[in-house]
Amino acid sequence: MNKPGLYIREVLLFLLALLFLSPIYIVAVNSFKDRSALYENVLALPTQFNMEYYQRAMEKMNFMTALFNSLYITVISVIIIVILSSMTAWMLARTPHKISNVIFMLFIATMLIPFQTIMMPLMELMDTIMDTTGLQMLNTRGGLIFMHVGFNSAISVFLYHGFVKSIPISLEEAATIDGASKFGIFWRIIFPMLKPITVTVLIINVISIWNDYLLPSLTLTSTELRTIPLSTFYFFGEFTIQWNLAMAGLVLTIIPVIIFYSLAQKHIIKGIGEGAVK
Amino acid sequence: MTRRKHWAWFLLFTGPLLIIFLTVVIVPFIVGSFYSFFQWDGISANPKVFTGFENYIKLLDDPRFMESAWATVKFTIFSVISVNVVGLTFALFVTSKLKISNTARTMFFMPYLIGGLILGYIWQFVFSDVFKLIGEMTGLDSIFFNWLLDQDFALYALVFVFTWQMAGYVMIIYITGLQGIPNDIIEASRIDGASTWQQLRKITFPLLMPAFTISLFLTLSQAFKIYDVNLSLTNGGPANATELFAMNIFNEIFGYGNYGYGQAKAIVFFIIVAVLALTQVYITKKREVEM
Repeated sequence: MNKPGLYIREVLLFLLALLFLSPIYIVAVNSFKDRSALYENVLALPTQFNMEYYQRAMEKMNFMTALFNSLYITVISVIIIVILSSMTAWMLARTPHKISNVIFMLFIATMLIPFQTIMMPLMELMDTIMDTTGLQMLNTRGGLIFMHVGFNSAISVFLYHGFVKSIPISLEEAATIDGASKFGIFWRIIFPMLKPITVTVLIINVISIWNDYLLPSLTLTSTELRTIPLSTFYFFGEFTIQWNLAMAGLVLTIIPVIIFYSLAQKHIIKGIGEGAVK
Repeated sequence: MTRRKHWAWFLLFTGPLLIIFLTVVIVPFIVGSFYSFFQWDGISANPKVFTGFENYIKLLDDPRFMESAWATVKFTIFSVISVNVVGLTFALFVTSKLKISNTARTMFFMPYLIGGLILGYIWQFVFSDVFKLIGEMTGLDSIFFNWLLDQDFALYALVFVFTWQMAGYVMIIYITGLQGIPNDIIEASRIDGASTWQQLRKITFPLLMPAFTISLFLTLSQAFKIYDVNLSLTNGGPANATELFAMNIFNEIFGYGNYGYGQAKAIVFFIIVAVLALTQVYITKKREVEM
């Protein structure tokens, strides 16, 4: 293709991408404006950088607590998911037996169950467990983590299972002859080899757990346990009319995502691609 | 190693996850199917009355459920088309040899990371204030007005926002598919004098079939199950016009306290999702070609 044509294409694609993200621009500029400036022109840049609404939104949303809760719940859930689902997938893939197939098929089949189909009986069951064993399943971070692990295990086992099958078995056999235990073989030899798919599993789970609204809304009732999506929901219930304050709140919720994305964008895009194709 | 020892290791490795998985997914699913045959208000002191298939029969002449079903079907069809057309177009743009491609790719993917609930709130403002302003400024107020207040347009607003969320995601899948097509086939067709459109139709699209299978499966099931964007963008309004399946079930159970009836809806919901998804995978899989 000729040079100017190429140049025009570059500019057009960039403009398209900018237009695509313009809602984020709109949210950002209006978070600095006062009410009258906001209604004067919602598209204009702010004339002054008024941080007042950020301060108020942070207080009203209890933002630092919500950020801590979201981080805590996401990180712990994802670590447990990686450890348990890689171990499970490896054992299932390396044990040629009917039982392994049945368990694996069970994991796959449940991927079709929408959350709404089991949310009510799940809450009932958690209640019953609390009453009979005294384990605090509802309204605790631990209980929510337990449920996140359960819901995200199917896709994670599926991804690990496919990857394990592509690793030749001879290494493990050699280690067994040398007298290594299953535990040693898995953690020293296999787990490091699973790194590419672990990145995918990490990313898929971080996104889904971080953004989840429905499960936390059903399990967490205390204000101080709210995650970012939950506190955003309650914040909007109160402040929709004061759009400038609401905008500041939205920017706050997007900042952690932008930081995460800028740190790991290559891995994220690659991980999502591989996760989908596998 | 002895057999018994092997099974001990097997249990040690798979046991913890299996216990969690059974408690969180399998047992509630079984219990839920059971509840769907009862009439119950969710209060444990109150009796659960066995009513057989009554809940399921009631579904058939529940106008609110039927309206919700129709809205969901409409939303899903429009969304699947729109997400995949936009996503594939983006993928074709950013796999060209432009310098800006990588930046554009990162930007197109961004909304997916922000999360449905927050996206809904962002667009609530865009529709209510920005669309209105653009309509006033350009005089195109038949296109740019607050869609969320109109019974028909509110559903398209949902399609619009869902497309914004998902297009970048399916773009990634299509990019992966496009990169798997060997360059020499494209080159050969160019030498044979094929136009760009012919290339797309005769070579690229058939070889992209596996990517179509995955993208359609994902958008279909995601669109059908949508909840959080629905909640934050329209909350089912105006006048219940956008109360999609997932929200209808939530409201039936936790809003009106009809636990048994709501659970019957939830089971029907599962069956429809499963049938739709499996049929779609079966159809598109058959059309995949070997290279």
